[in-house]
Amino acid sequence: MSRTVVVTGLGATTPLGGDVASTWEALLAARSGIHLLNDPKFADLPVRIAATAKVDPEDVLEKHEVRRMDRSQQLALIAAREAWKDAGAPDLDQERLGVAVATGVGGAISLMEQYDILRERGASRVSPMTVPMLMPNGPAAIVGLEFGAMAGVHTPVSACASGAEAIGYGAEMIRTGRADVVIAGGTEGCIHPLTLAAFAAMRALSTREDNPAAASRPFDRDRDGFVMAEGAAILVLESEDHAKARGAHIYATYGGQGLAADAHHIAQPEPEGRGVMLAMNRALADSGLSTKDIFHVNAHATSTPAGDVAEAKAIRKVLGADADHAPVTAVKGVAGHLLGGAGSLAAIAAILAIQNRIVPPVGNLENLADGVDVDVVMGKPRELPAGDIAAMSNSFGFGGHDVVLAFRSN
Amino acid sequence: MSQDILAGLAQIVNEVAGIPAESVQMDKSFVDDLDVDSLSMVEVVMACEDKFGVTIPDTEVKNLNTVADAVNYIAAHK
Repeated sequence: MSRTVVVTGLGATTPLGGDVASTWEALLAARSGIHLLNDPKFADLPVRIAATAKVDPEDVLEKHEVRRMDRSQQLALIAAREAWKDAGAPDLDQERLGVAVATGVGGAISLMEQYDILRERGASRVSPMTVPMLMPNGPAAIVGLEFGAMAGVHTPVSACASGAEAIGYGAEMIRTGRADVVIAGGTEGCIHPLTLAAFAAMRALSTREDNPAAASRPFDRDRDGFVMAEGAAILVLESEDHAKARGAHIYATYGGQGLAADAHHIAQPEPEGRGVMLAMNRALADSGLSTKDIFHVNAHATSTPAGDVAEAKAIRKVLGADADHAPVTAVKGVAGHLLGGAGSLAAIAAILAIQNRIVPPVGNLENLADGVDVDVVMGKPRELPAGDIAAMSNSFGFGGHDVVLAFRSN
Repeated sequence: MSQDILAGLAQIVNEVAGIPAESVQMDKSFVDDLDVDSLSMVEVVMACEDKFGVTIPDTEVKNLNTVADAVNYIAAHK
């Protein structure tokens, strides 16, 4: 049994905006959400550049919701509520509703805050919500409880590919008949002195403190690392039959996924992009698409020196001459790197691109890096042709995870 | 004094569980009427200890079924 899966709802809260519409508008305008962290707790760090949520979740949620949830959970719940409403709040048997919401890091802030409380005030003051707040499946569980999902609540974890892997997992739940509707995506809310110090220790982060808004510059000659971001992006996936029966608005059809691993290094990308190519080819096969059908690629491109060029080479090798009609973009130039939320934000951007026939430019891309032989969208948005088109969305994670999703226009 | 404790407790229950403060009345049961689950009850107790300067041991918490139970315990041990 393999059923067609469609996308019927979108939700997001990101450094670009508190919902999908404002996030998409900022992507098209290439308006950066990246800034310097001015809080004194970040003062002594080698890197103080980050992209915090444009709308603070504490301003959106009720006070009692905030105190019971880790920040990654707060962001996920806000995005899930938007996606669910956007999908028309489908009325269905709760045994047919599933959740696949991922995070890369989980409740690190809660863990560290409670450790501070333990040291300063003792065990009797450690919150009874500590475990639910720090567990990586917490965001999925919170979303599942909100909507009463009983088909299964899942949390694939693959660092910065997690959000994409969750979408693929959720789609499989529908394809195989386990669920009719799945709320799927990723979230991250872990900007803290320790996580910044840790990524900085890997020399993974941009240090462009004189111009933070321009620090993240995928595919640019002068890129020097990624920028940590927070936020969540959530999709409502639905069986095509179920969506059509209730007259739901359909953004796009889920094509399929390609999963692979680099088997190379814990953090460095494999320079030939073999795992990336394997995942892209598998996504094409799983989707029943050929390279001729691909008219857009949303790249993982984090603005690191090694990763971006390796990915561009892999895209060219997989698509061959068809890469000439597949403009490439990357959201991280303006949104920063949402880690566990990155893959689902990229998926939403790819879906909106093929739906609206327009691809946002890469933020801060001024001079294309040597070795990038694909059509990267620079400066202003690029229109896409009418007719049936498909897009691919790439996501990779520390550990060598390669996850590629494909979507078809409706 | 009980009125002050009730008002303070109502504020805590509101912040912890999102229950309107005016619903927190003396005759209400935490579990049955106010839907305060066991984890929230731990938070309520911790907040009461901080706010009222009392110690409420776990062995006592299970006896605090109604709002009145909690108010009376706090009043007696302040």
